[in-house]
Amino acid sequence: MATMTMAKALNAALADAMLDDERVLVFGEDVGQLGGVFRITDGLQARFGDKRCFDTPLAEAGIVGFAVGLAMSGLRPVVEMQFDAFAYPAFEQIASHVAKLRNRTRGALSVPMVIRVPYAGGIGGVEHHCDSSEAYYAHTPGLKVVTPATVDDAYSLLREAIDDPDPVVFMEPKKLYFAGAETELPTRTEPFGRAVVRRAGRDATLVAYGPAVPVALEAAEAARDEGWDLEVVDVRTIVPFDDATIAASVRRTGRCVVVQEAQGFAGVGAEIAARVQERCFHALHAPVLRVSGLDIPYPAPMLEHTHLPSVDRVLDAVARLQWDDQPDRRWLTESGAA
Amino acid sequence: MTTTPQAARRASPRKRRPATPAAPDPAAGLLPQTEPVRLLNPDGTLLPARADYPEPPVEALREMYRRMVVGRRFDAQATALTKQGRLAVYPSSRGQEACQVGGVLALRDDDWVFPTYRESMALTARGIDPVEVLTLLRGDWHCGYDPAQRRTAPQCTPLATQCVHAAGLAYGESYQGRDTVALVYIGDGATSEGDFHEGVNFAAVFKAPVVYFVQNNRYAISVPLSRQTAAPTLAHKGVGYGVPSEQVDGNDPVAVLAVLTRAVAHARAGKGPFLVEAHTYRMEPHTNADDASRYRDADEVEAWRDRDPLVRLETYLRGRDVLDDAAVAEIAEQAERYAADLRERMNTQPTVDPLSLFDHVYAEPTAQLVEQREQVRAELAAAAEEDA
Repeated sequence: MATMTMAKALNAALADAMLDDERVLVFGEDVGQLGGVFRITDGLQARFGDKRCFDTPLAEAGIVGFAVGLAMSGLRPVVEMQFDAFAYPAFEQIASHVAKLRNRTRGALSVPMVIRVPYAGGIGGVEHHCDSSEAYYAHTPGLKVVTPATVDDAYSLLREAIDDPDPVVFMEPKKLYFAGAETELPTRTEPFGRAVVRRAGRDATLVAYGPAVPVALEAAEAARDEGWDLEVVDVRTIVPFDDATIAASVRRTGRCVVVQEAQGFAGVGAEIAARVQERCFHALHAPVLRVSGLDIPYPAPMLEHTHLPSVDRVLDAVARLQWDDQPDRRWLTESGAA
Repeated sequence: MTTTPQAARRASPRKRRPATPAAPDPAAGLLPQTEPVRLLNPDGTLLPARADYPEPPVEALREMYRRMVVGRRFDAQATALTKQGRLAVYPSSRGQEACQVGGVLALRDDDWVFPTYRESMALTARGIDPVEVLTLLRGDWHCGYDPAQRRTAPQCTPLATQCVHAAGLAYGESYQGRDTVALVYIGDGATSEGDFHEGVNFAAVFKAPVVYFVQNNRYAISVPLSRQTAAPTLAHKGVGYGVPSEQVDGNDPVAVLAVLTRAVAHARAGKGPFLVEAHTYRMEPHTNADDASRYRDADEVEAWRDRDPLVRLETYLRGRDVLDDAAVAEIAEQAERYAADLRERMNTQPTVDPLSLFDHVYAEPTAQLVEQREQVRAELAAAAEEDA
């Protein structure tokens, strides 16, 4: 066992995939000699040559569209979008071609590829560098959307994404890149479609993914002081989504808070909350609550802490889970009724 | 013999100051010719032979004529099928037969074509079953043919997005040691889209064997070329990316095939992409649902009728004594049989299984899709029971 950062684990996953499968090509902006602005592709060009890992013109639609063609020719492209918001020019390629090609052609063509997206904030980035864009992809049938929160998952999920027959949008939480953990590579964790209980608890379930997982875990620790024993479930793969693990947890605890860093309205957390209440209505002692970013464009660095879901906000939400079996006063006030 | 001082100077170059060698023009060989390449006059007579674009073999031209005749008949039949409610919509390429067929004839069977929605004629000319080509427009699925087997991408509705796919595919093929060429059909309007520029640029940077074939039919639905570009020609767009380009009379079948043949050879030789602009005209509205009289004069359309590529090629081939009345009649009959067969097969309503909606979203359906499929299955079963 050795301590390794998520960035290094992702780098190792790319290198091992390139070693195991010569069809794997890694490309994007600054991924060659520089090794990527976050150094995720560090050393790959030196090791595998500039035909396997290479820089492209600075054009994201071009990068993804080029990957579509490469996949059609039988190769396995892994592309890097430099930052979340820089991937938007590629959205038409992703939504109209990457996601649909298998379906349009009744399976005659498939485009197995990985689109790596460093995403979300908490790193003091200036504007257009901190978006949580996962909902756009998760809302697009045909894409798989994966986001690791641990070092082991970063390695294992990326290896699985590269091997997957379907296109995968691989969302990498930037603020976790340089968090380290004990690991021994190569490692394989639970497959796509499986959520994982990161912390067992009896009183309520916190459901989180990506950058919100450490926040949820910290909140669960802090909640012990307040007498709550909280379970934390890490979603890991937004698509395919694991209803079973999450519903089983909420049925056990009877209470649920969904935590996400993205703005809340029409987000992945809203989908999770809806799915939980559909499946767990009779087990619930309180409405499913959400803690998310504010419904604002991602703020400037000096204000991002106001935007980001915090341990306190999570604990406030937990406190509102009707422990005294009384209606949540917030909604009574809002409607002005009752 | 007396020698003038001027002649003496000319005769003794040593006395000249050494000339600075002229820097080679970096755009040399990239720019299209000033006038579109033309090998046949509009009246079907042959222009003087030229070294840069030799005339294709006459057998190829005769085959081109045959496919153009069948293609035009197919196109008319497809338009008729919209009136009978058999097709949701049909974008005609009548008038563009030289381009539709020329693009396909310039390729080998194992080359790839990246067509748009207006290339139905090109795809049938490539030998794809017309019913499979029209699946998209009949509405029973999105792409009716097998693109991998036919080496033909699904007809692209989003404009210019296929320009980048072709660059990736062609590069991927050459990376794997195959000499496949990809030919992209694209229209004048789509050269304004970003993906056109990104595709041509990627192909150039990676030296991908792609031929970008712009059919400039002068209108993007209703918007004329003057609203698309201030460039001297669309072929000039290649030079900015270091891509050699040419313009051709798109209603001159002989020139279209000659120029595309050279472009394909250039790409196959590993010299990178080539851009061809064909000047042509869409004789019909954008689709059967469009009213072209709102944006162009009947006079303009009539003027283009005089430049009909089919008449032009027929006249030429008759003049060469490789086509006579009997052959013309025989080909026309082939075209009629083709249309009759299509009409008959399109008369039967296809059966589409609603449960197939879930089959190809992913390689394996997700748990959620399995659930939804079960729901639809139950709905169908209940409906069937009600009907029984």
